[in-house]
Amino acid sequence: MTDWLGPEEWSAVMLSLKVALWATLGALVPGVFVAYALARWRFPGKQIINGLVHLPLILPPVATGYLLLISFGTQGIFGSLLAEAGIVFAFRWTGAALAAAVMAFPLLVRAVRMSIEATDPKLEQAAQTLGASKLWIFVTVTIPLILPGILAGAVLAFAKAMGEFGATITFVSNIPGQTQTLPSAIYSFLQVPGGENAALQLVGVSIFVAMTALLLSEYIGRRLAQWVSAS
Amino acid sequence: MSLSVSINQSIDAFSLNVKFDAPVGLTALFGPSGSGKTTLVNSVAGLSRGCVGRIAVDDWILQDSDLGIWLPPQKRQLGYVFQEGRLFPHLTVRQNLLFGQWFAKGRPPIVKFTDVVEMLGIGALLSRRPSLLSGGEKQRVAIGRALLAAPKLILADEPLAALDEARKGEIIPYFECLRDEINVPILYVSHSIAEVARLATTVVALNGGQLTQVGPAVDVLGDPKFIPVGVRAVGAVLDVTVVAHHSDGLTELDAAGSPLFIPQISQEPGRVMRVRIAAHDVILSCDEPKGLSALNILHGIIEAVRSGDGPGAIVSIRTPAGTVLARVTRRSSIALGLSEGVSCYAVIKTVAIAPQDAGG
Repeated sequence: MTDWLGPEEWSAVMLSLKVALWATLGALVPGVFVAYALARWRFPGKQIINGLVHLPLILPPVATGYLLLISFGTQGIFGSLLAEAGIVFAFRWTGAALAAAVMAFPLLVRAVRMSIEATDPKLEQAAQTLGASKLWIFVTVTIPLILPGILAGAVLAFAKAMGEFGATITFVSNIPGQTQTLPSAIYSFLQVPGGENAALQLVGVSIFVAMTALLLSEYIGRRLAQWVSAS
Repeated sequence: MSLSVSINQSIDAFSLNVKFDAPVGLTALFGPSGSGKTTLVNSVAGLSRGCVGRIAVDDWILQDSDLGIWLPPQKRQLGYVFQEGRLFPHLTVRQNLLFGQWFAKGRPPIVKFTDVVEMLGIGALLSRRPSLLSGGEKQRVAIGRALLAAPKLILADEPLAALDEARKGEIIPYFECLRDEINVPILYVSHSIAEVARLATTVVALNGGQLTQVGPAVDVLGDPKFIPVGVRAVGAVLDVTVVAHHSDGLTELDAAGSPLFIPQISQEPGRVMRVRIAAHDVILSCDEPKGLSALNILHGIIEAVRSGDGPGAIVSIRTPAGTVLARVTRRSSIALGLSEGVSCYAVIKTVAIAPQDAGG
């Protein structure tokens, strides 16, 4: 595969996989938590939280990228604080992962929230009468029951993170080897004469990765659903 | 051990207002739908908030508004058997059974795992998932799960309502077993008079969120004032012992010295059980009846005659076998001169004691 892809293409593919993986992992825990809160809790300002979560989905990605730049850039409010702690996002692959995570977050939350709403709260109630605290119920009842939903949300988030372009290029630019993800690389190849071949190769890789992820999740999802409900 | 409840609760326009004690044994919360039975049991479980008052099992206080105590459900040390079982679909039967036990670590168990499995006959199901169980099997596992949580109080909210008649008959003996074997009060919600008559030690009758009657089952069910779901449901409950099975297809029972005959049942001679005699299956006669086809005739003294707005009256007769209720028309009640203290005969048709009422 290394022979087939040029070094620049290869590094873009590897970077994208790394960025998408970290973005998905990073979004997972807060995503499940927010989904649970939105599905099961009642609290003031719930609609505002819901709106904020969905913002990256409805805002132009460039706008999200710009917001990330002014808040998480080296001069930004959070960025400057985090920089002191040694965490830098601007023009690094970590920034690309952050942008991808933010963009993928609403998709993850929606999928998980739907599966939480589909589980019967009466089972959680039953666990409570058997002596389980809220946290134990979440770990021993809720999480296992929504595993298929979490998986579906994670795959969706991973696919979104692989394809994220607008926010990423706005926030961390398009530096080969640093922040040039797969979509950025395709875009760059299309800007130079004779780059169509390389662009097409990367499109092929995108299709391959997306299809693999989808089929894998279908398979694991079916096994998980069986495990949750049957023998 | 004894459960004492004294609470007030208002939900929208509905208000629940109850005060009763439930001793060891099975206390049936009985009443028509909408009478507040489930609301009450969920208040005891701590699943619905906003109820004011005191709930305690002996000195174990679940709630005391005056003292500012309100334990969340997970701290109440309950065993709750729900109508729909509510088994965890992602866990095996064994894991379901052990779920409550795991959180009850450090408390002495009221029954051992092996005993529960044996009593409920679920040994062959332990490695299965709930989705592969029948309705009756699910309820048996649910009962086992509640027992293994080392509860100080067992709650059951219409645990048979989702089952067909055959399955009900399969589950009822387990509740009888709990009632008789386990030293923990059971609060059992039901709207079925047959279930209550068969299972209850104590009856708490509710209507519209208010208590209508509380007391030992035999007293409450034999009280003509106990008409919570219409006259047709009224009936007396008698404690009987199986004497013998006769070759003509009848079983002879002994009700405190008086013989009763019913169509043959499977219970062994010597077995103590209850029969229910519906008031509309009892005919009254002032003189000793002769030349009747009915086999069961009990002589007694009228305790009370109660009539409502309709044409019927309920007469309660104290007999050596226990109190029997009869439904007669007001016209015949006047014609026969039925009133308190009058001696009369209660004629019970043999077939009136249906096998499903003759609980084992």
